[in-house]
Amino acid sequence: MTTLDVSVSAAGPARPVRSAAERRLIRKGLLFAAPAMVLMVAIYGLPLVMLGGFSLTDYQLGAIDWSFVGLSNFTKAFHDPVFLRAMANTALYAAIVIPCGVFGALGIALLVHGRRRSRALWETAYFLPVTATLVAMATVWQFLLHPTLGPVNAAIKALGFEPVSFLGTPALLIPTMALIGVWQILGFNMVLFLAGLTAIPKDLTEAARMDGAKSPVDRFLTVTWPMLGPTTMFVVVTSSITAFKVFETVAVLTKGRSGSETLLYELYLEGFDYSNTGYAAALTLIFLAIVLVLSIGQTLRMERKVHY
Amino acid sequence: MTPQSLELTGIGKGFGQTEVLRGIDLTVRPGEFLSLVGMSGCGKSTLLRIIAGLETPDRGTVSIGGADVTGADPSDRNLAMVFQSYALYPHMSVRENIATPLRMRRLSGWARLPLVGRMIAGRAALDDIDAAVEAAAGVLEIGALLERRPAELSGGQRQRVALARALVRDPAAFLMDEPLSNLDAKLRAHMRAELSALHRRLGATFVYVTHDQIEAMTMSDRIALMIEGRIEQLGTPDDLYRAPATLRVARFIGQPSINLLPVEIGPAGRLSLFGLEIGLAAALSGGAETTGPATLGLRPEDLHLRADGLPAKVLRVETHGADRYVSCVLPRAPELALTLRQSATDPLGADADGVLRLGFVAGRAHLFGADGQRRTLHVLERVAA
Amino acid sequence: MARLRHYLPHLVLALGAAAMLLPFYWMVLTSIRSPSEIFDVSLWPVPKTFSGGENYAQAASSVPMARFMLNGLIVCGGILAVQVLTSVPAAYALAKLRFPGRRIMLALVIAALCVPVQALALPLFVGLARAQLLNTYFAMMAPFFLSVFAIFLFHQSFRSYPDEIIEAARMDGFSEMEICWRLVLRGSLPSLAAFAVFSVVAHWNDLYWPMIVINKTELAPPPLGMLFFSDAETGANYGALMAGATIITAPIVLCFLLARRHFIAGITMTGVK
Repeated sequence: MTTLDVSVSAAGPARPVRSAAERRLIRKGLLFAAPAMVLMVAIYGLPLVMLGGFSLTDYQLGAIDWSFVGLSNFTKAFHDPVFLRAMANTALYAAIVIPCGVFGALGIALLVHGRRRSRALWETAYFLPVTATLVAMATVWQFLLHPTLGPVNAAIKALGFEPVSFLGTPALLIPTMALIGVWQILGFNMVLFLAGLTAIPKDLTEAARMDGAKSPVDRFLTVTWPMLGPTTMFVVVTSSITAFKVFETVAVLTKGRSGSETLLYELYLEGFDYSNTGYAAALTLIFLAIVLVLSIGQTLRMERKVHY
Repeated sequence: MTPQSLELTGIGKGFGQTEVLRGIDLTVRPGEFLSLVGMSGCGKSTLLRIIAGLETPDRGTVSIGGADVTGADPSDRNLAMVFQSYALYPHMSVRENIATPLRMRRLSGWARLPLVGRMIAGRAALDDIDAAVEAAAGVLEIGALLERRPAELSGGQRQRVALARALVRDPAAFLMDEPLSNLDAKLRAHMRAELSALHRRLGATFVYVTHDQIEAMTMSDRIALMIEGRIEQLGTPDDLYRAPATLRVARFIGQPSINLLPVEIGPAGRLSLFGLEIGLAAALSGGAETTGPATLGLRPEDLHLRADGLPAKVLRVETHGADRYVSCVLPRAPELALTLRQSATDPLGADADGVLRLGFVAGRAHLFGADGQRRTLHVLERVAA
Repeated sequence: MARLRHYLPHLVLALGAAAMLLPFYWMVLTSIRSPSEIFDVSLWPVPKTFSGGENYAQAASSVPMARFMLNGLIVCGGILAVQVLTSVPAAYALAKLRFPGRRIMLALVIAALCVPVQALALPLFVGLARAQLLNTYFAMMAPFFLSVFAIFLFHQSFRSYPDEIIEAARMDGFSEMEICWRLVLRGSLPSLAAFAVFSVVAHWNDLYWPMIVINKTELAPPPLGMLFFSDAETGANYGALMAGATIITAPIVLCFLLARRHFIAGITMTGVK
């Protein structure tokens, strides 16, 4: 085999000649990757180009004529009170969900990590909301938080306070939905933190004890917290992306009434309810830019991982 | 701090159904280098962790310098430990790693906070810590590495940082859990010498856990050989090699292993091998079980060629530089391989059929009774075989 | 004091878990209570009159619950099948075969990982509308036929498969297809299982895309069906509403309780990458 290859390349041109087997593998490689490549163009490539195109027009789905409007969709967006309100709402939502979802999950994970026998039980209990269909659970929350029929307000009344109309007070709409968001994300983040905690070598914690870190707080600050750094970064990034994509709770609980629309819900309304395709495309690009900024660090990390 | 003694009395420890330690009594003298040696699973690491306070014994007490510390937290025992994995904090520089034990002990919780801590701690305390870190780094010759992270260091350098972190605060004793096992063979030999030198220089109490008998034999003042949760023998390296207390000690210590031959103790304690008397007699203490089967132990270097000795067929010859190890079998007992150590410059001494005739140094033979305990041997005047 | 210290973590965890599980408990409890108990806010688990039968019957009769489930099954199954069929060979080619454009394709896969489907929804919707394909199963599944996440995951997993075995298999006359599906994928079954869980859970629970392309009740997957149902039942009958929510939540939650480890691994896989 080898000798044959050598004689062929010696006889051929200066450029290294690929053997028949090599050429066959290249052909196979292209063939195997082809369906995925075609779908990639159809699902990602073309739509992104179309999106960019739409965003520069006043196209409305179903309309016969449209015209090129340049960047005016974007300028319009930044003067559109509804869109700006949606941005502010989403930012408020994220500002509640990210710290509560991350630090709450860290606390739970630290407590669960120390349990030996009951660990599986706690993991299951806290993870259950992650798997549940959010649309159905949002309906349940609506009922739970009902001013007269729900047990939450019954408890508030029993403690001697006035009942709170969580979904009837405009100022409380976003915080209430954020509460549901935290409820759903806690278990997910807890599992990520648990994986991070398990990866910390036991030796390090013991070394810290020998070095004089007597209280759990000292050990947490000396070893656990710094060692969880990458995990925490990741959890913050995924939580913020999830927060910026909030949609289901709005669709079920408020449908954007009383000024409670979020970024994605506003995008849905413009694009699919009002058929303002061109304007919605501009909003989509703004949404995409936010998500890309949030995920850039993570992406570069993955890029490195793929090659090494 | 003057070196402290460590006393363990009646230590017992089990994990679930398995008893790991079954009543350990051990006193480590102040300034002594004591090794805990044994196969994996013999309980040596658990014992070290009990001394450190990382495990709590089920029974028994631990004292340091006469003070009972059995229930005390590891941070209150003033012991330093070097872990097998070194357990360096990966997010800290070498300097911060070495400083950690001092920061933990000397600075308040507030003074250890990042950024603001520097202001609260006070210049003098921080300067003291810096000086101690520099001194420890100087002893281990890692002064140039202080600003690096552990990930940027070689295995040997990490080992030195771990040692520096241990000695920076002048502890009552040093505990080391297989600290050399992650190094390559050459570096390990070098670090053995360095550790010995460090021990002499500090004059501190060292408790050293290893499965490697060469490490234990070369560095220790005394060795505690542990088997199945008990201390089988405690003594100097020479004691363990020259006078193993039990058959199990004799088997464990020595590379290549000791040669063991089945012998019979006859009337008047005379030993016979394959029915032939061999000119040795067991001291009779008068008990009923003083006769019967026993085991004769002969180190490879105590076998030699002898014209009228037992014939043995050569199986394999291994030359290790200056020494040569010859494996052979006795035709009388083909399942029993014997190892003989020769100087590589001497002739092998086998005949055309590959047969040697073996004798042994009678005065260096070891006898173990059927219960595995060492028995005293006398050399009889007429020496046969 | 020492006892308190010992039990405090359990106590805190138990309180937290009670809050986490309260919605599930309330949902199931209400679904078996009669409408007359609607003002009863007690958490006592036994209803005065058991009306589970009527509530579930009403949920199933006012909207085609069984049809929602079937739709969910068809959509999730179809998406998963095509995702595996397209991503496994691509991942194998990227991990083990050398072809021109390989590095570019890898980079594109990574880049595509950050693009959420919501960003592609608008042009995909326009395209499907132009092709008269709205309100079809195809429209519901099409954007998910390619999972760049699956390619990434399988690529990472396939890479560790020993090259020697692949070369030996080629010499033994295996075709590349057989090597890919029968040898290499066999070595990555845990990844496949985890991805299956990830994909099915994500698409069973997805509301955004079905809401865009489906407006016919008979084609709605469970979340969209639930939305139709709750819009129709505005406050009138909480028992039936909770029965419907229970039916829709139950399949995934039951699977989770049965295969807890796989589920946690699958859903948090995004975290391990």
